[in-house]
Amino acid sequence: MARINSPAELEAVRDAILAARDPDKPCITLCCGSACQASGSLEVADRLEAELREQGVDGEIEIRKTGCHGYCERGPIVVNEPSGVSYFQLQPDDVSEIVAAIKDKGVVERLLYSDPVTEEKIEQEAQIPFYKNQKRLVFGDNVKIDPKRIEDYLAIGGYAALAKALSQMTPEDVLEEVKKANLRGRGGGGFPAGIKWEGTRNAPGDTKYVIVNADEGDPGAYMDRSLLEGNPHAILEGLVLGAYAVGAQEGYIYVRQEYPLAVENVVLAIQQAEAHGLLGENILGSGFDFKVVVHQGAGAFVCGESTALMTALEGRVGEPRPKYIRSNIKGLWEKPSVLNNVETWANVPLIIKNGADWFTSLGTEGSKGTKVFSLVGKITNTGLVEVPMGTTLREIIFDIGGGIPGGKKFKAVQTGGPSGGCLPEDMLDLPVGFDELTKAGSMMGSGGMIVMDEDTCMVDVARYFIGFLTDESCGKCVPCREGLRQMLKILTRITTGEGRDGDIQLLEELSEVAKEAALCALGQSGPNPFLSTVRYFRDEYEAHIRENRCPALVCKELIAFHIDPEKCQACGSCRRKCPAEAIDGGKNRIHVVDQDKCTKCGTCFEVCPSRFAAVRKISGEPVPPPIPEEDRVIVRKSKKK
Amino acid sequence: MENERVDQIIDKHGAEPSGLIQILLEIQSENNWLPKSALERVGERLGVPLTRIQHIATFYKAFSLVPKGRNKVHICMGTACHVRGAQRVLDTVQDVIGIKPGETDLDLKFSLETVNCLGCCALGPVMEINGKTHGKLTPAETANVLKSYE
Amino acid sequence: MSEIVLEIDGKKVTAREGATVLEAAASAGVRIPTLCHHEKLEPYGSCRLCTVEVEAGGRTRLVVACVYPAADGLRVRTRSDKIDRIRKLILELYLAHAPDAAGLRDLAEEYGADRDRFDKEASFCIQCGLCVRYCAEVKKKHAVGFVDRGWRKEICFVPEIAAETCWDCRECFPLCPTEALQAAYVFVEALKFPREDPPGDGAVPERS
Ligand SMILES: Cc1cc2nc3c(=O)[nH]c(=O)nc-3n(C[C@H](O)[C@H](O)[C@H](O)COP(=O)(O)O)c2cc1C
Ligand code: SF4
Ligand code: FES
Ligand code: FES
Repeated sequence: MARINSPAELEAVRDAILAARDPDKPCITLCCGSACQASGSLEVADRLEAELREQGVDGEIEIRKTGCHGYCERGPIVVNEPSGVSYFQLQPDDVSEIVAAIKDKGVVERLLYSDPVTEEKIEQEAQIPFYKNQKRLVFGDNVKIDPKRIEDYLAIGGYAALAKALSQMTPEDVLEEVKKANLRGRGGGGFPAGIKWEGTRNAPGDTKYVIVNADEGDPGAYMDRSLLEGNPHAILEGLVLGAYAVGAQEGYIYVRQEYPLAVENVVLAIQQAEAHGLLGENILGSGFDFKVVVHQGAGAFVCGESTALMTALEGRVGEPRPKYIRSNIKGLWEKPSVLNNVETWANVPLIIKNGADWFTSLGTEGSKGTKVFSLVGKITNTGLVEVPMGTTLREIIFDIGGGIPGGKKFKAVQTGGPSGGCLPEDMLDLPVGFDELTKAGSMMGSGGMIVMDEDTCMVDVARYFIGFLTDESCGKCVPCREGLRQMLKILTRITTGEGRDGDIQLLEELSEVAKEAALCALGQSGPNPFLSTVRYFRDEYEAHIRENRCPALVCKELIAFHIDPEKCQACGSCRRKCPAEAIDGGKNRIHVVDQDKCTKCGTCFEVCPSRFAAVRKISGEPVPPPIPEEDRVIVRKSKKK
Repeated sequence: MENERVDQIIDKHGAEPSGLIQILLEIQSENNWLPKSALERVGERLGVPLTRIQHIATFYKAFSLVPKGRNKVHICMGTACHVRGAQRVLDTVQDVIGIKPGETDLDLKFSLETVNCLGCCALGPVMEINGKTHGKLTPAETANVLKSYE
Repeated sequence: MSEIVLEIDGKKVTAREGATVLEAAASAGVRIPTLCHHEKLEPYGSCRLCTVEVEAGGRTRLVVACVYPAADGLRVRTRSDKIDRIRKLILELYLAHAPDAAGLRDLAEEYGADRDRFDKEASFCIQCGLCVRYCAEVKKKHAVGFVDRGWRKEICFVPEIAAETCWDCRECFPLCPTEALQAAYVFVEALKFPREDPPGDGAVPERS
């Protein structure tokens, strides 16, 4: 396709794309996001293509391979257009039925979503509880486009915001609109983007930069990845708008090398946008020039921090800089630089297109718009969910997420990434928003939301996060490098039954020093996982320290597996599966765990048939002695006599 | 790795010190590890001191200064996987192949690495071997999966 | 260059524009403890011992004096209960690594730091980076650098460069707050047993 030289030409191109499309032509949209690929969506895609050819309908039915739809729990997913019928958990063998159903305008009943409680089948994607309760402004377009085709993005109105800005708005107007929308950063502290931009716009000098933070180091969060993989042009469009507003000529996308598909799609998107005159010199004939470079991160969580990221962009070790001047005034190569998160950038075209008033009509007093969360952990519907700010945790976890699987009880939800915090059950009615979460002792962070059930030990969770941060500390300043490491040592000894009186106070002291004196936000917020768990779950710390007991029965050193001789029916499952060969038993003999050999992997606990439920975990009390050899024979009452 | 190839990679990135990390990443991905000769060549061409290259090559997780094994095992230790039992998967892998994260066994059969989130939280706990994802693992299954690699 | 007036511990202090709080304090005879600071080197801000309290525009916060720019009307407090608590704990963290360093001993006494607070891990190096930065910034030789990150971070000589330049220089040795022990030790090791690869990354383990 040729270069587009004006907003009018852009509309003409868009009309041409739409005119060439028949809205009634069936199209199978297949999710090829990372999670669905791992569940086999590429195999499904291959079979689909072959099937269409074989049935001779490859001209009549289209396939669109999209990025993540959000409902990764049930992948691979197909949504049929225009009917809206969706199928879940597909196997390659299912495709012939799907194609046949499209031909006869029917539905493959067995592949539909079925309600876990009522077992009622739901045909339409939009009616499924997981989707029904969401508001997918930023993320919803993923389903509608093949990220490798710019035409798809143009077809849904892509780059219209850019055209509007370049032809009808001054850079100041764009800035004002974003300020008025009170768009707050989606990647960390929730800093108002407009104010950040304004600083850069007003800073002296001609060279300025805009940067996308796609480092997404939070373990257990993948919304930025899915946006970049599934809708890269939206982020580019936001970035160009930002560049126009602040007067930048060059932009960077810092994306982690662990996300190869995101890198591939965004590099391709840049090439397409350049070829269409939507990026590069004289964008849409406006005289505005802007180019974008992709920089791959080499694997260091701290590089998500703004000064470290800019140091890394300069080709150096990603250590944060000890500076008291904000990077929007003095950043990359000492020049004014705006750094925003992927999702923040993706919101910008929406604001410009629909106006600030539209944006502020959603959300709470201090937090406007929507937020994408990565809802994971012990949750029925794992996936990416987008809700208006102000939605309660309960609505997200229970109405959308479907609650806790396996009949277990909810215990806590962790938000804000490694330096966020855990909120207990009585906070479930908290509306999500930047200030609300911070006040409760957690934070929004970039939107990780990890649900924990009664089988989760909160001391272990704190140890896990502090361990992660200790590993990721850059090592420059001592409150973080040594302070977090000492915290990790103490937490480790608590979880291994070596905790001492005074450990909680020592942890509190170390926390204060890291919070107050560390160089960057990694160290400053590093103690949060401890502080929030000790605030809400202090009794668990005390049980570990005082009674050598792990109430959640998780900490390996504090638990034992024991087979109840009264309940064991000698089925032998545990003995066959135990990887440590720690179980003694035989036909019609009560099985016994050899505590010396047991590695506490828990396999026996899992494989013991629920009708026997003979294996139990013990903590804080002695393991009953094995029953004597001679009493191990099971005398069965015969069934009929 | 030949110096000519290293030079080609350097030229592709414009032989600027700011391209250092991108150059090292490309060498790493092509050669699987960073030989000292390549580091020296990069330093010379970009005019960057070797101390800085050494720091970068050891600071970032993507780089390795020793050859990696034929099969690259990545265990996801992301939070979602953690609460679903990633530690037990890791323990099993360590038991079976006898190395710790960051290490390669003597026969260069396996390299073991922990990673933070593979974006497959729905399938957790997850292990990825040579790009193929194995999900919803138990210790017993983990051991089985490993057996299928040569 | 114009002058600015700020207040440090209640005293009016005049400083040149562009000076750091640490420099301003020094010129007024107010001592702020430091470990990673050196006047010939760029501010590094890693030891965090020079943490002080500043009040500007009605907000009070903790900053490091070696980096924070002095400004007109700024009010600085160099001691408070909180600052002392922070310095004490930082010293205790250091003492786990270098329990006998003279430079730390005096400070430890001043702030009541307990050298046995944390389990000893006598690696001696406290990562102040003085040797590394001096070699790079002043001597421009780059014979010694850092490797790895976090608590695994250590200093490491490049044997080829060290063999050529270090014997005649050794200016970094006396800079070390832990008595030149670490730089000298690593230097000798590097020459005696030149390593093919810098340490710290994925070495092949011993099979037991
Ligand atoms: C240790 C650390 C890691 C961070 N990682 C990320 C990240 O992966 N992605 C991100 O967008 N922001 C991350 N941040 C926040 C950024 O520093 C920065 O605030 C953010 O990118 C600004 O964009 P926003 O205002 O749009 O959120 C991190 C911060 C710290 C301290
Ligand atoms: S707080 Fe941690 S990550 Fe940040 S500069 Fe200090 S050591 Fe590095
Ligand atoms: S990857 Fe397919 S729904 Fe998320
Ligand atoms: S936490 Fe393992 S894939 Fe996300």
